[in-house]
Amino acid sequence: MSLVETMEIVLWAILGTIGVAVFGIFVGLLYKGIDRKLVAHMQARYGPPIRQPFWDMVKLFVKETVVPEHATPWLFNLAPIIALAASIATLLYLPIGGFQPILSGEGDLILVLYLLIIPSLAMVIGGFASGSPYATVGAQREMVLMMSYEFPLAITIITIAWQLKNTFADHPFSLATIFSQPVWGTVGIVGLLGFILLLLVLLLVTPGEISKMPFDAPEAETEIAGGLLVEYSGRNLGLFYLADAVKTVVMGSLIVAIFFPYNLSTILGIGGIMAPVVDVVFYFIKLLLVILFAVSLVRVAVARLKIDQIVYTYWIPLTLMSLIGLLLIMFDSTSLFHISLGW
Amino acid sequence: MSKMSYSIPIGPIHPALKEPVMFEFEIEGERIVGVDFKVGHVHRGIEWIGTQKNPLQILPIAERICGICNISHPIAFCMATEEAAGIEVPERAQYIRTITAELERIHSHMLWAGVAAHEIGFDSVLYLTWRVREKVLDLIEYLTGNRITKAMFTVGGVRRDITEEQYPKIREALNYYKEMFNKLKHVFLDDKTVRMRSRNCGVLTKKEALELCAVGPTARASGVKKDVRVDHAYAAYGDLDIKTVTPDAVTGEAKGDVYDRIIVRLLEVAQSVDIIEQCIDNMPSGDLVTEPKPAKLLALLRKAVGEGVGRAEAPRGEVIHYVKLTGEEHPYTWKVRAPTYNNLMPWIPMLMGEQIADIPIVAASTDPCMSCTNRVTVVKKGRVDILDHEHLHKLSVEKTRRLMQ
Repeated sequence: MSLVETMEIVLWAILGTIGVAVFGIFVGLLYKGIDRKLVAHMQARYGPPIRQPFWDMVKLFVKETVVPEHATPWLFNLAPIIALAASIATLLYLPIGGFQPILSGEGDLILVLYLLIIPSLAMVIGGFASGSPYATVGAQREMVLMMSYEFPLAITIITIAWQLKNTFADHPFSLATIFSQPVWGTVGIVGLLGFILLLLVLLLVTPGEISKMPFDAPEAETEIAGGLLVEYSGRNLGLFYLADAVKTVVMGSLIVAIFFPYNLSTILGIGGIMAPVVDVVFYFIKLLLVILFAVSLVRVAVARLKIDQIVYTYWIPLTLMSLIGLLLIMFDSTSLFHISLGW
Repeated sequence: MSKMSYSIPIGPIHPALKEPVMFEFEIEGERIVGVDFKVGHVHRGIEWIGTQKNPLQILPIAERICGICNISHPIAFCMATEEAAGIEVPERAQYIRTITAELERIHSHMLWAGVAAHEIGFDSVLYLTWRVREKVLDLIEYLTGNRITKAMFTVGGVRRDITEEQYPKIREALNYYKEMFNKLKHVFLDDKTVRMRSRNCGVLTKKEALELCAVGPTARASGVKKDVRVDHAYAAYGDLDIKTVTPDAVTGEAKGDVYDRIIVRLLEVAQSVDIIEQCIDNMPSGDLVTEPKPAKLLALLRKAVGEGVGRAEAPRGEVIHYVKLTGEEHPYTWKVRAPTYNNLMPWIPMLMGEQIADIPIVAASTDPCMSCTNRVTVVKKGRVDILDHEHLHKLSVEKTRRLMQ
């Protein structure tokens, strides 16, 4: 590979990263606004205007950043940056709109699984570095929450990767492969049921992953006054806010990429310049629907669970669900149970 | 290896608390192993202000002891003063007092239900209940001219009439609550997450409730049949058909947890609707007030010598006012005991052994009203002391010596 070619690849990666970062932040904040408006209407309120999260962002970035006396300043200030950076890095491995991931071929589904942990870990570090009892309780809860949802999440992701490995020999875990070959087409009726179960599990892991109701115990406003974010203000809080917005897009995109990778342009047979535009709009709608079902609808319909109840919910019913999904897909690959759908 | 415990302060200002109170918790992991609390952050010296004024001037102050119990305090004060001065209240006034007191109970319990839902993070229910509450506030405004502080009472009667023409609107609002009752019951008692957060949480056993003298819905949820309206009927309650509400009517047994407190308050809303209906069905005719001229009434009160106690069932429990008149312009003593005072100590058995996550809902489950409760606080050089009898006596002797010099 010549120097020019290497330079070109690096340049593309840098430009692509900036593009994805801007895109992730914009879409994340936009969805926050839509979510708040939808929830407000469900609760018979007017709610804030959809651009409110953008104003909040601007406000947080111009406000003073206070570092508490008992905090460890460098960790305290570093945590929000790591959280945001890791969220954006995850987005680089996910296909967005009709496009291939920026770093396609470099990483795979398993890497995404690990990258998803980093923002939560950064929040835990930030919480412990705050030196506040509320933040400490919040950080402990966040760790327990991570341990809870990782179990069903890992089973789900590994099942999907395993199924793809059976079907496609090269780059089985790559999201680019999943993106070009929808999982639904690889199984029969039994496997289809399995994938529906796995989709439900992933939808229910999403509110835990981004600390939303009923799994928002680490931040629980009425209990521990914002938990691990209690001491954060100004720019640092703004960065966490952005990381949360991007992480919502990450979880939404992950579900869309695995389960709904279809593009409208191929279905409708639209070609040329219009194709990417149609695909991006269609992708927005898919993302909105996924976030609506995983976050907004759940958040208005339940009370906040206690941390032991969260552990129970993730470890017993949801883990069982994902295991049943795994078994169904395993059975499906044996010829005895395979009933073809004729796809 | 034994677990390390650490302490967490909750309050005086905290999102879980609607009014200032200071909790100090000893925590092991998420479990509470030690509780202590301090009150006295919102002392306003109301009793002292009251003893500088005549009884009719005290009425608006009594109404402002608590924003929510703005009927219970004036009604208790009026009863105490009437007893001290020997004034009889006309029957119609008693019925109107009862109606306003029950309207207050409906709005207070609806307010509590919303706050409780918010404490467990169920904001949709908060918005629902507070919207349902608007109806009774509209009715109160229609009947009394104000949403909150109603200024309905005077010593010896009431200041405004409730007439035949107003009945249709009252009945309409009552029917609305009858319809909403089943919906609210479904939301609070059948919802799985509400049940998960409230069942077996913050338990106060019957024995503890009796020993710690809990009052109101807090005591009734533990199975203690204690209700001033039944045990010591005042206003028109003696004429009406009312029973003490306990949660075993729904679940078969009174556990004394947060869930039972929700049941008691829900059933009391239904009971209040029933009481108001009985009142407007049997409303007697007659005067509204014994002595309509304030100047004449004041002259009467100035001459009166005696003491009186007024007990009323506020939405939070029994409120007691004591008044002593000595034939002067101002009462010699005015003492207020709000229901939250009794419901403070039960917090300790309720919170022991629960999780941090339970603190907001358990603390809110007694419907605390700190500004009603705070009577005496002495802060000297940042130190808060408890004043006992001997110490107070010493202080008064010192002051007398200073005056004699």
